[in-house]
Amino acid sequence: MMQFTCPHCGPRDQAEFIYERTADAVVSLDAAPEEAMKSLFTRNNPRGVDEEIWRHTYGCRAWMVIARNRVTNEISATRAVGPEALP
Amino acid sequence: MSQYSAFGLLRGALNGQKHWQPAWRDPEPKSHYDIIIIGGGGHGLATAYYLAKVHGLKNIAVLEKGWIGGGNTGRNTTIVRSNYRLKPLHDLFEFGLKMWEHLSDELNYNVMFSPRGAMFLGHSDADMTKLAERGDAMRCDGIDVDLMTRDEVQKLEPLLDMSRSARFPIEGGLIQRRGGTARHDAVAWGYARGADSLGVDIIQKCEVTGFVRDGDAVVGVETTRGRINAGRVGICVAGHSGYVAGLAGLKLPVESQTLQAMVTEGVKPMINSVIMSQSLHCYISQSDKGGIVFGGDPDNWPSYAQRGNPMVMERAVAQGLALVPALSRLRMVRTWSGVTDMSFDGAPIIGETPVKNLFLNGGWCYGGFKATPASGWTYAHTLATGKPHALNAPFALDRFERGATIDETGSGPMPNSR
Repeated sequence: MMQFTCPHCGPRDQAEFIYERTADAVVSLDAAPEEAMKSLFTRNNPRGVDEEIWRHTYGCRAWMVIARNRVTNEISATRAVGPEALP
Repeated sequence: MSQYSAFGLLRGALNGQKHWQPAWRDPEPKSHYDIIIIGGGGHGLATAYYLAKVHGLKNIAVLEKGWIGGGNTGRNTTIVRSNYRLKPLHDLFEFGLKMWEHLSDELNYNVMFSPRGAMFLGHSDADMTKLAERGDAMRCDGIDVDLMTRDEVQKLEPLLDMSRSARFPIEGGLIQRRGGTARHDAVAWGYARGADSLGVDIIQKCEVTGFVRDGDAVVGVETTRGRINAGRVGICVAGHSGYVAGLAGLKLPVESQTLQAMVTEGVKPMINSVIMSQSLHCYISQSDKGGIVFGGDPDNWPSYAQRGNPMVMERAVAQGLALVPALSRLRMVRTWSGVTDMSFDGAPIIGETPVKNLFLNGGWCYGGFKATPASGWTYAHTLATGKPHALNAPFALDRFERGATIDETGSGPMPNSR
C-alpha cells in the first residue's frame, strides 16, 4: 500500500484515499467541444510521472493533486486544490 | 514443422524422444517486412498466424520486447466466454468462442480448452432481473445461455454458501455452458509455432523505441536491434498501448491499470465451473493442476507496475471466501498482476489510427484473453486489407468522438467506473 501526505492531515495510508482522475482530464467550463472531448476521453497515460487528483475520502474529504510515478509509485509532489489552496 | 501426434510420441519412445525440435526459430530481424506486429502476446501471434494462413502474406515479423506470452497472455485468469449484453460484443466474442472450440485442432497444439461452463451469480431480485436481461439479449443474438434457479446453482457448485445468512446470498445464476477456461501459455506457444511454420519471423528481446515517419505515414520502426522498415505496422501491446501509441504522437482513450490474480495450492476437484459475480466482481475457477484461481477488480488507479496492491487482493479474496467458505483453509502460493488498457467504454479498440499505415489493437480492459482468436482474425484482416473486418468495424478508435461508444455497463467516459 502507498502512503500519501495529505496537505491537511499529514501522512496517511492510501486506503483512506480514492483516485478520481488525472489532472489533465478536468474539463474547463469554457472548453470548446473538441477540447472537452479530449479531456473526457483521452489520457496522456505516461509510463512515468503524471499528476493525479485524489480525494482524502475517509479523512478530511479534501481534494489534492499528487504527482506520482506510475512504475515505481514514488510520489514527488502533493498540493491542495480548491478554495483552501488559495493564498 | 513436424505434426504433433500420438503416433509421433510412440515412435519417439522407441528412440529416446530424440526427435524433438524447437517449436519456432530465433531469426535475426530483416531490414524490411511487409507487416510488422508490435507485441508477441497471444493477440499479436494470432494476428501473424492468420495473416500468413488466411491472407497468404509471407513477409511478416512479430517484435516482442521480452519473451512471447510473457505479458498479459501469461497473467490472466484464462476464462473464455461470450456472455455480454451488447451486439457488437456478442458478435466478436461469440465468433472467438466458436474458434476456441476447434483451436487445438487448428494449431495441432493442445490449448486445453475446457468448456466447463461460465456462471454469473445473482445475489438479489435486482441481480436476477439484470441476468435475465443479459440472457435475453444473448439469445436474441443466437447465443445459448440459461438462467438458473437457486437449486440448479447449488447442484452445480455444492460448496457455495447457499445459506440465508450468507454474506452474499445466492438467488440464482446465468450460465453459458460452452464457456470455460484454456491453458494461456499454450495459446501463445501454439500460435507462435503455427505462425513460425508459415514463415513469420518471431523476434524476441526486440523493443520498439520509436516510429520512422515519412510525412504522415509510418514507414518503419526503431528498435533496440536497429531500424526495421515496414509497409504496415500494427500495435498489439494491450497494457502499454498508450505508451507505444505515444511514440507515434497519439493520445488514446486508454488508461493503464494493474489487474491482479492469484492461485492457491493444488487440491482435488472442488470447483466445477467458472464462478463469477459481477455484483461483487470476483471470479473463481480451478485450474487443471488443481489450484484455485482468483481474480477481482483492477487496482482502481493508473499504474504500469506489474505488481498489485495487497488492499485490492484482500478484497477479491474476502469475496471469494464469502462465496466458497471451504477455500479458507487453502494456502495462496502465487499472486501476480498485469497491466491492462482500461478503455473509456469498456470495449476494445481494433482498427486504423489517424497515422497512415499504423494500426491499433488494444483497450482490452480485463477481457482480452478470451478474445485472442477473434482479435487475431479481425486484426489480420484489418492489417492485410487496410480496412476493418465487419466484426471489428464497431470497435474503431474514432468511435468516441463520433459518440458511438460500446458502453456495456453504461458507465460513461471513465476507465473502469463500475
